[in-house]
Parts: sequence; structure tokens; C-alpha cells
Amino acid sequence: MSFNLAFYFPLFSVIVLLFIPYAGAKVGLEMFFGIIIPYLAFVILFVGFINRIVKWARTPVPYRIPTTCGQNKTLPWIKRTIRDKFENPDSMPYVIGRMFLEVCFFRSLFRNMKTELKAWQKYPEGGKLIYWSSKWLWIGALAFHYALLTILLRHLRFFMEETPVVIDLLERLDGFFILYLPTVYLSGLILLAALMYLLLRRIFDMKIRYISLAADYFPLFIILAIGITGVLMRYFYRVDMVAVKELTLGLATFHPTIPEGIGAIFYMHLFLVSILFIYFPFSKLMHAPGVFFSMTRNMAGNNRWKRHENPWEYDPQHFTYMDQENMYRKQMKKAGIPLEKEIEE
Amino acid sequence: MANVPNPEELAKVGYRPPATPWMDNKVELKKGIYCNAANPKWLEILDYPYPREWSVADEDWKLPENWKEIFLAAFEDRLNRYRSLRLFMDICVRCGACADKCHYFIGSGDPKNMPVLRAELLRSIYRRYFTVAGKIFGRLAGARDLTEDVLKELFYYFHQCSECRRCSVFCPYGIDMAEITILGREMLSSVGLNIEWIMASVGNCYRTGSHIGAPPHAYKDTVNFFCDECEEVTGIRPNPGFNRKGAEILFVAPSGDYFADPGTYTFMGYLLLFEYLGLDYTLSGYAAEGGNFGYFMSHEMGKRLNYKMYSEAKRLGVKWILGGECGHMWRVVNQYMDTWNGPADFLEEPVSPITGTKFENATATKMVHITEFTADLIKQGKLNLDKSRNDHIITTFHDSCNPARALGLIEEPRYIINNVCNNFYEMPTDTIKEKTFCCGSGSGLNADENFELRMRGGLPRANALRYVHEKHGVNHLSCVCAVDRAVFPALLDYWVPGVDVNGLHEMVANALVIPGEKERKTDLRYRPLKGFESEETAED
Repeated sequence: MSFNLAFYFPLFSVIVLLFIPYAGAKVGLEMFFGIIIPYLAFVILFVGFINRIVKWARTPVPYRIPTTCGQNKTLPWIKRTIRDKFENPDSMPYVIGRMFLEVCFFRSLFRNMKTELKAWQKYPEGGKLIYWSSKWLWIGALAFHYALLTILLRHLRFFMEETPVVIDLLERLDGFFILYLPTVYLSGLILLAALMYLLLRRIFDMKIRYISLAADYFPLFIILAIGITGVLMRYFYRVDMVAVKELTLGLATFHPTIPEGIGAIFYMHLFLVSILFIYFPFSKLMHAPGVFFSMTRNMAGNNRWKRHENPWEYDPQHFTYMDQENMYRKQMKKAGIPLEKEIEE
Repeated sequence: MANVPNPEELAKVGYRPPATPWMDNKVELKKGIYCNAANPKWLEILDYPYPREWSVADEDWKLPENWKEIFLAAFEDRLNRYRSLRLFMDICVRCGACADKCHYFIGSGDPKNMPVLRAELLRSIYRRYFTVAGKIFGRLAGARDLTEDVLKELFYYFHQCSECRRCSVFCPYGIDMAEITILGREMLSSVGLNIEWIMASVGNCYRTGSHIGAPPHAYKDTVNFFCDECEEVTGIRPNPGFNRKGAEILFVAPSGDYFADPGTYTFMGYLLLFEYLGLDYTLSGYAAEGGNFGYFMSHEMGKRLNYKMYSEAKRLGVKWILGGECGHMWRVVNQYMDTWNGPADFLEEPVSPITGTKFENATATKMVHITEFTADLIKQGKLNLDKSRNDHIITTFHDSCNPARALGLIEEPRYIINNVCNNFYEMPTDTIKEKTFCCGSGSGLNADENFELRMRGGLPRANALRYVHEKHGVNHLSCVCAVDRAVFPALLDYWVPGVDVNGLHEMVANALVIPGEKERKTDLRYRPLKGFESEETAED
């Protein structure tokens, strides 16, 4: 895909998507953008998400093929470090541990490094490969996902009558680091910064740019736009929070209402979230549930002592020992190899 | 091989992708980067579809008329049978973490050798024919039509992946290019696209017993020759059983170890070790192949070749199976054999007859890796070893892809090396263990005509070896893989001349002090041991 198509098409799409609810709110279509679209989006997300997961779950896992990244269980005196046990798990608890590290700390991405072929005159071939530690992608990805999680959790207050204590605490922690009024949440800034990093990396790392599709830029732009409208709403074009909560709570309790006087920017924010919801189950964003299904990570390396059954295994045609003996009986006899069936005189 | 660039030219790799988008770059099949098309006779022997004479270099690949429908049906079939394929088609985010982890990309700079893009070659087809977005939005959704050029591209690049799984170590979702390549090659097979190097090995193995086409009597003859050689060097003549019923153990080695140097020295090592132990074992002319090139063309063919091990173990009535030093063989034995051809309930849980050690990790497959067997022997003090007999060897250890990333056999080989050799140096940490680099010729790509690709793919491994060669004077590369032993000599001649390749059991046999042996003045290769150099020259 050309860069123009991959980059500009999603960019303009998101700009158009921003304009639609703005216009809608101006002409009095609040009901459509505040109730119908969000409900529709939620249903599509829910059904699409479940549908995809069921599709994966119903496809068999014929073979147990973990990628082993450490010493396997072997002779009792061969030392296995705690790292080996998690990276080449021999039982369920360690598989869970491996998945936990993968999902919560992006273990595999932490391994990332940069390979460089350097001119090196000391070697006759003139080149030396150097492996640089490279944690930027890991940091960027981790920052993005945790910021997003924090923001999602903070938003729970809009869908509950009373904010749970945990959410309250999280919010206070989030707002603790930057002293300003109104409270500035760290998570929002980290989210935007991490998104910018991921975006710039995609544009300026020529290898990544080459492989990037519109499907890679679109999620970045839309989440960026959601983040920016959120920030604008909170710090610059303040909206009536009481009214917003009335709307969101109405959605959550299935008594939807459209209160007066919520600014258009709120509908822009909500609409983009709805679009993201609709887009989610049909996109690469399904990596979120997908990682749990990854058979190179979620299976134990216990093949040699625990049999794995394949539901569709079938018996293909074989060339048996007798087939071979029949073919070479004379020569085998001559070579002194014992036979099943002697040569008939 | 006149057209192969020299190492200095080849080591200048450009990594900047071309300006045109990858979908617009029509595949250019470069001589030296692909393997020849399979001879139809093998397909006939194996009952594989569309046997015909065709050539990769030709414009017309003589595909069946409805090749597109056949290919897509094969694709859909696999999407429904392999969760791995469906998942790996769906969840890649193109973060690029895998890009510079592939030895073929590092050595060639061809962007379609970035695992992510190699997978996208197939993913774009998946989107076009199996997803709603791809059907509606086409190219905008990253989808493209399956054309003959695209099919050629798939053929070209699925034979530029050695199924080594290094990318899957680094992928945040564990996406395994090997899985995509294996299934991709199956799809190619469905329209009769196979390579000669794999097909000939498989066809031979299926009927005669081994990849190299040695029937039972030829195998036995070769082993007799090794026994002569063992006797010549050590004064001890091994006495292996052959197709012998009632032996305790069936020993299966990769055929590479009885085909050519330096694998043959490893085979001699096995024989001497077993003779020293007085092991009750037999070789088999039917289960004569540990390796499994069938696995490089399809799961089904892998199963058909692997079938021989259990079936022969049953016929001979052995208690358990001991397996030689081979890489992909152990991926198959570990991750597929029991599911394919088990349960092996006619065998017993393996116990070392020498030490009484029960191999707790092999109670289902009933098959033990020889380095596990030997490491146990050393640990229990059953071997009288004279390390100094390997003093002329300064070695490093190359973790083969499959034992490292599809089994986790890391410490056993190192334990053995440390007990039989005084000079052992590790290559840089980012190039060993689970991060090890392929030899560049794995998964059936070790054809002569594929020379340039092999040298390119072997660059990262050779370069790491160069490091210890310069720093510590390393002159041997030890490994536990027969493909390694077959392909490294050419690779190292090209990149790091002066380094030899050996299997572990060659070094074990060098060091093994066998009761009644004659004074050893040379190693198994007739090279003088340290302290006997002048004597050798004098005798010459």
C-alpha cells in the first residue's frame, strides 16, 4: 500500500468523522449521536468481539507448539532457573505465569533489540553485526496501553451512580503529579505522547513505513482524535459535566436521555469512540483478546510426557516395513539382515 | 556457482526498502535465491497432486487450470483446521519487532524477508477472500487478488524462511512465521508447486528408508565401514545390531550422520560410545532416518515419514527409542510424534540400562535425546573421559533452531562439551540459546542451486562465529543437528575459513577411554592429537 493511501486516507477519514457529529449536534441530531449510534456501536462491538473469539475458539489446535525460550524440564540435576520455568513452562501454573508476563509486561517485546550491520575493516568480509538493546518500542507500547487502561477505568465514573473507591483512588493518583487547576491527569498526557511516538515511528522508520497499512494509521489517528477531543473538553472548551453524566448514566441504565446544553465537542468525542467500537472487532485491535489464544505462548512444553490429541487427525497412506522388505528381500538377505519372510525357493 | 558474489560484496547489505509499495513490486526470481522445481516422479511415488515437468525460471509454471480455486480451497481448509493460521492472519499489528530478527532479512535486506511482510504476502490474500472488509474495500483494507505473480511470490518467499522460529521469540503475540510457512508450503503443494531438494529427500525416505536413498543393505554396509574406521583409530570394533528383534533400545540417527563428513564422525562417536557401554541396541534399515523432510512440505508428509519410528519399534519389540543429534527431528519428536503416531503404549518408559536413571520427561513419547542419555552417563560417572584428547579443538556451541526453540535443549549439550573438551567459548549472548541464528539452510533449503540465499541467511551465525574465532581462536563449531553438519562446512568456507564442524559425540568418542583400546594418536578424523603432531609427520 502506498504511503499516501495508508497515511492520508485514514487521516482525512478521521477529520471527516470529526465533522459529522459536530454538524449533527448543530442541527439538533443529538438523539442520533448521543443515543442511537452509541448503542449500535456497543452492540456491534459486543457481537463482533464474541463472534471472532468463538471463531478462534472453535478452530482446533491440532498440535502443541509452544515457542520454548529456556531450558526444558529434563534430568533432575540440570538446573532450571526461574526464568527457564516461565519461558519454557512445563505445567499450567507456569503457563499462567508466562501469559501474565506477556499480557501485563509485554515480555516478548522487552526482548526487542536492534540489529545493525556495521562496516568493520578488521574482519575480512568487512562487516560486523551488532545487536543493540532497544527498549523504546516496549516503553512506548507499555505507556500507551497502561495510559489507555487508566483512562478507561477513570471513565467508569460516568457510568455509575457512585464512583467506586478504587476508581476514586486511581483518579487521585493520576491527578497527583501535575499541580494545576483543573486537575491535570498524567494518563492523558502519556497517552498522547505514546501515540505520537508510535505514529512518528511508523512514519520515519523506513522499514515500518513500508509495511504499514491504512489499518495501522487509522487506529492511531482515531485514538489520537479521541484523546485530543477529551483533553479539549476537559481543559479548554469545558462542557457541562453534570449534563454529560446524566447522558452517560442514562445510556448505562437503559433510560437514555439527552440533557440540554452539552457542547458539540462532547458528541464528537462520543462519536469517535463509537466508531472505534464498531471498528474494533474487524481489525488488528483484536490482538487484545488474540494474545490469550496464542498457542506458542499459552501451551506447556510437556509434549514428551503428556499426549496432545488432535481432533481431526487421520491416517494417511504409509509405506510399511513389509513393503520395504518385499522390495529389497534379496539384497537384505545377502547383507545378513534378518527377514520377516524368507525367500521362497 | 560462478555467479555468487564474494563475501565482501555479499556483506554489503542495504536495508532501505524500495520507493514503490510492496504490492506493486512484481516478484523477481533471482537465480541462487531459489531451489529447483521437483521432479514429477517423486510426486507420483508420494501420491501428491499435479506431477509435471516445470521450471522456476520459466514464465509458465504449467499450473492446473483452476489453480486459484484449488489454492483458496486449500487455504480455507487450513483456516478451519489450524487455529494458529486463523489467529496469526488476524492479530498482527505490524509493530515490526520481528523485522530485523530474521537471518534472511539481515543477510539479504529484501523487505519481503521481514517476517511481518512475508506473512503479509499471505495475509493480503486472506483479507481479499476470507474477510468482509477485504472483499468490500480491497486494497484499502490491505487486500490483493491472487494472481499467478502473487503465487510465484509466495513460492519464492516461503522458500526463504527456514521455519527457525526466531521471529516468534520476539513477537509480542507469539506469531510464528514457521507455522505460516509450513501451511503456506502445503497450499503451494496443493497446486503442485514443490522443490526438488525436499521432494527427492522425501521420496527417497518414504521408499528406501532415508533421505539419502540408502536402502537397508547399503545402510548396513556404511555402518560396517564406520566400524572399520573406529577399529583403525581406536583398536575397538563396535558391533551394532541391525534390524535385530528383542534389543532393548532402537537407535535412530539422522541419515546425514552416515552420509558425509563431518556427520560420519558423529556416527562413529555413537557407535564407540554404545560399544563402550555394551548397550543392547539395534539400528534399523526401515526406521533409518531421524530427520524428516516430509515435515518441510506438509504435516501429512511429516506424519507419513515419522510413522516408521514407532511402527519399527513395535515390530522389533524394543523397550524404548534413543534418538541421535538432529535439529528438526527433535522438533517433530517433541511436538508432533505422539499426536501423529502415538500413543506408544507398546513401549516402556525409558530407563537408562547403565545408570538406572528414569527419563521422567519422556514417559509418553518413550524417546530420549542422546545428549540427555550421555549427560546422565557423565553425571553418574560411568564414562572414563580424557579431555586432553580434544585439546587440539577450541570449540563453540551452535544452538540449533529446533532444539532451542521447539524443545529447550540448552544445558545438556553444554554439560557434555564441558566434560569432554577444555576449550569452550560461547558466541555473543544475542546469538545463542533461544536467540540462536539458523545455519541459513534449514527446512529443506540446503540445495546447491540455492547457494547465495544460504550464504546470506548464514551471515548472522557466521558473523557471531567470526567474533569468537578472532577473539579466542575458536576452530570448531559443535552442534547437535545433522543439517548443520551438512551445510556449515560450505558456509564457513565462505565466511569463516578455518573453522570445522562437529557433532558432540565425535568429541565424546575422542575423549572416551575404552578398555582395551590402542594408544590413541589421532582423533576420529586422523588428525594428530596434541603431543603427537611431530610423530604423525614422521610417519607420513
